[in-house]
Amino acid sequence: MPAAEPIIEMRQVEKWYDLPEGNRIEVIAPTDLAIYPEQIVALLGPSGSGKSTLLRIVSGLTAPSAGQVLWHGEPLRGLTPSVSIVFQNFALFPWLNVLENVEAPLEAQACGPIDRRKRALKILDTVGLDGFETAYPKELSGGMKQRVGFARGLVVEPDVLLMDEPFSALDVLTAENLRGELLELWESKKIPTRAIFLVTHNIEEAVLLADRVVVLGRNPGRIRADLDVNLPRPRDRKSQRFLALVDHIYKILTEPNVEHAPPSGPQQAASESAAPSYPMLPHARPGGIAGFLEILLDRGGKDDVYRLADELGMEVSDLLPIIEASAMLHFVQVREGDIEITPQGKAFAEADILTRKSLFREAALQYVPLLRQISNALRAKADRTMPDDFFFDILDEHFSQEEAKAQLNTAIHWGRYAEIFDYDANTGRLHLTEA
Amino acid sequence: MRLPSAMLKPFAIRPVTGERTRSHLTDLLILAAGLAVFYGILVLGRSWLGPFTPAANISRSPRALPLYAAYSLLRMAIAYFASLGFALVYGYLAAYYPKAERWLIPILDIMQSIPVLSFLPGVMLAMIAVFPHSQVGVELGAILLIFTGQVWNIAFSFYTSLKSIPRELTEAAHIYRFSRWQRLTRLELPYATMGLVWNSMVSAAGGWFFLIACEMFVLGKRDFRLPGLGSYLQTAASAGDLHAILWGLGVMIAIIVAIDQLVWRPVIAWSDKFKFEQVEGDEPPHSVVLAMLRRSPALAWLQQRAIGPWGNRITLHYARRHARRSPRADGAPVTAWLGRLLAAAAAVGGACALWSAGRVLVGLTRPELVEVLSGAGATLLRVLAALVLGAAWAIPAGVAIGSSPRLARIAQPLAQIAASVPATALFPVVLLFLLRTGSGGMGVAPIVLMLLGTQWYILFNVIAGAIGIPSDLKEAAKVFHFRRIDRWRLLILPGIFPYLVTGFVTAAGGAWNASIIAEYTHFQGRIYQATGLGSIISRAADQGNFDQLLVATTVLAAIVVVTNRLLWKRLYRLAETRYKLDT
Repeated sequence: MPAAEPIIEMRQVEKWYDLPEGNRIEVIAPTDLAIYPEQIVALLGPSGSGKSTLLRIVSGLTAPSAGQVLWHGEPLRGLTPSVSIVFQNFALFPWLNVLENVEAPLEAQACGPIDRRKRALKILDTVGLDGFETAYPKELSGGMKQRVGFARGLVVEPDVLLMDEPFSALDVLTAENLRGELLELWESKKIPTRAIFLVTHNIEEAVLLADRVVVLGRNPGRIRADLDVNLPRPRDRKSQRFLALVDHIYKILTEPNVEHAPPSGPQQAASESAAPSYPMLPHARPGGIAGFLEILLDRGGKDDVYRLADELGMEVSDLLPIIEASAMLHFVQVREGDIEITPQGKAFAEADILTRKSLFREAALQYVPLLRQISNALRAKADRTMPDDFFFDILDEHFSQEEAKAQLNTAIHWGRYAEIFDYDANTGRLHLTEA
Repeated sequence: MRLPSAMLKPFAIRPVTGERTRSHLTDLLILAAGLAVFYGILVLGRSWLGPFTPAANISRSPRALPLYAAYSLLRMAIAYFASLGFALVYGYLAAYYPKAERWLIPILDIMQSIPVLSFLPGVMLAMIAVFPHSQVGVELGAILLIFTGQVWNIAFSFYTSLKSIPRELTEAAHIYRFSRWQRLTRLELPYATMGLVWNSMVSAAGGWFFLIACEMFVLGKRDFRLPGLGSYLQTAASAGDLHAILWGLGVMIAIIVAIDQLVWRPVIAWSDKFKFEQVEGDEPPHSVVLAMLRRSPALAWLQQRAIGPWGNRITLHYARRHARRSPRADGAPVTAWLGRLLAAAAAVGGACALWSAGRVLVGLTRPELVEVLSGAGATLLRVLAALVLGAAWAIPAGVAIGSSPRLARIAQPLAQIAASVPATALFPVVLLFLLRTGSGGMGVAPIVLMLLGTQWYILFNVIAGAIGIPSDLKEAAKVFHFRRIDRWRLLILPGIFPYLVTGFVTAAGGAWNASIIAEYTHFQGRIYQATGLGSIISRAADQGNFDQLLVATTVLAAIVVVTNRLLWKRLYRLAETRYKLDT
């Protein structure tokens, strides 16, 4: 870690949302994190790990519920000085052309029209948008739009450039191209930016770009590992050391229960002791799980997660929910980045559709508390039916409103597939499926 | 560093050489139009400041029409711009001040459901009291009435637009430290433009609808007649002067079509760039007038020399002020105090109004209550009848038009012109016809008027819905040999359902509003009325009977709000979930 003073430092920063009845949902557990000059830091984590929230706390857009953000050692109030954000979905103003979009932040700095134009044209030239000044965003491809996003972020010459999954809305080739150009700008010092803070869910992207990778866990979001990337640039994706590091990070991400960092601080969410805790359902479809197990079986029932994803041409982050779901149902076992099919998983993969459903039902009722609870609740009622709101309210205690909805949707999907219950979308009621 | 080539390109609007003659012609036209408007305002201003003539003598000669039309247009223009300004402030406050939002939005809901005529006696008496000896009072009263019919939906549209600005855009504006002014001009107004334009058109149509009622009415024993197109039409109908009626209608339709071509079409084409989309739509709207204006050298000069630099100066001024402010300073004490003062005043006013309204309601006798409630029932039946009749012809016709591009090309423009004629303008004619043929008179007339005013909402929405049914679903229906009844049951009705709901909501709202004019009318020196809530309100307004007006209006507003909550909201939710056609 460099000896220099950090530019931005978070001390015991925490974020929670208050619920009625005095409960709260903790989104980010007390966290320390510093951004040093001359560094690209990647913040890597699955969805629900609060990485975008952390970025917004760093920028000053969101105030932390507790803890402090320091800017060059001084506590911050309001927006962080001299930072820019490059957004996931570009956040360009569709009614302004490229030049006006890039000039807008300068306008806000009370920069005169001539100076403004000069600086905007210069940065557009730097990011390769020369000739597109009068185009409107909707005329541009995704890659070009994000270039405008970069230009707008860089035109104010920020000390720290914050990037919120800047490549995830782009296709693979465009993203790779833009990553290369960003590195080129950074290494050749064409931009006066002193540090880049990149939020991503893409492990390779993090290892390719960053000097330091911070891995987040979820429920609540917390730092699980803080790794220095000491690979020489330009980095070779096929090199042994690159692959080894990617593999290592995979292991951390696929073993959510092994702590690689100190546990969360003394302040526990009030709701945590109130009811049995709910493991978060990974948002995978039963069909996806079945397909994944079939592939795994074809490959001898055991494989390395990273290699598997690579050969399927998928991002590991896309594969993760399926792996997690399979592990939750005890269809596979994950050990140090290796994934192995269990006898139950093998039986499931080889079965016909009806047998699959019954195997899925057994596993789901045994290992998925939410489904077991829904089934019990329905059984307890004389008419074997309950409104979905009932379960939503329970989930709402444990998750954000949005996530609670997603959890219930996934549970309904699994329950329907397993023929545990039926769901009538019109009335919003769950009905127990009679055997 | 090399000079980027783009620096040499000018970016402002610039005349295209080679079309010089035409663009100068445009300049001449713009100049002429400007002069005409200026002269018109001078003439009208003179009469407004003139002596108090509440009951002007309305001439039935076609020669008087240009001046009358100018009067009416000016009234509507002033009312519209006042509505726009008020709506922007109202929507902004409701969207950004949660404390204000809590009572501003329910008020909006209620105000929207109160018919214009219920405001009439109060507004008029107040205005005449303020300007007792000048025509300005009556004129301002008429304008204020048109205003109350136009403002609410614009305010609501601005509020919902502000509330639905995507989070990333708001964050971008914050992180790049936009001043409030820059946020307004670069983000909020552009984002809200589409909604504002469409709602302005709806409001303008509403203005025409109530023009007659606002220009000619009775208040207690006093007769009010303001010179204008509305009063001309009513006078002509009252006298049974078919010649004058046709002239009046002709001028009105011509003005409506002209405004559509000269104002709304260019505005729609211009506002297309504010559409919030990331990819280009297939067919952007086009307007010849806008293209001409864009080629005008005079306007380009104005933009380059005046509007551009001044806009820039304002932006820089606010940017400097914003930069000087300490970060996240909570509102200055003066504004906070002002807010508290306003809130207190509003609370006191509201409490007083509630108290006196409560006293009136408590003092209600049984027969009065029975009259209001049975009137509400009668009007409800009329509204239902109008909706059913409208649906009976508009749904099949709309589906036919929407499914056949050839038919649509012919029928749609015709229907648009027909729909643009305000039903109230036709009402005296309809009444004249019904009375002459002796077929029903006031029994049938209110339903006919409601139908005239509201059938178009159903028709246009059904057309839009039928166009939107995906062709692969239609092909599937063909492949599986659906019988006609199954095609309607399984494909067409579910397919147009969301649009049908919108059509019915607007039509029902329009029908309730129309009931007030339809159930009670002064015609040929006599009063024609039918039993109903609308006629109770109109009569109470006529006689200046505030208690009855209050009771009947409260009942009407309650009916509208309750049906919105209990019926339409549920249907909307159904339309958004089960009947949503997306792939």
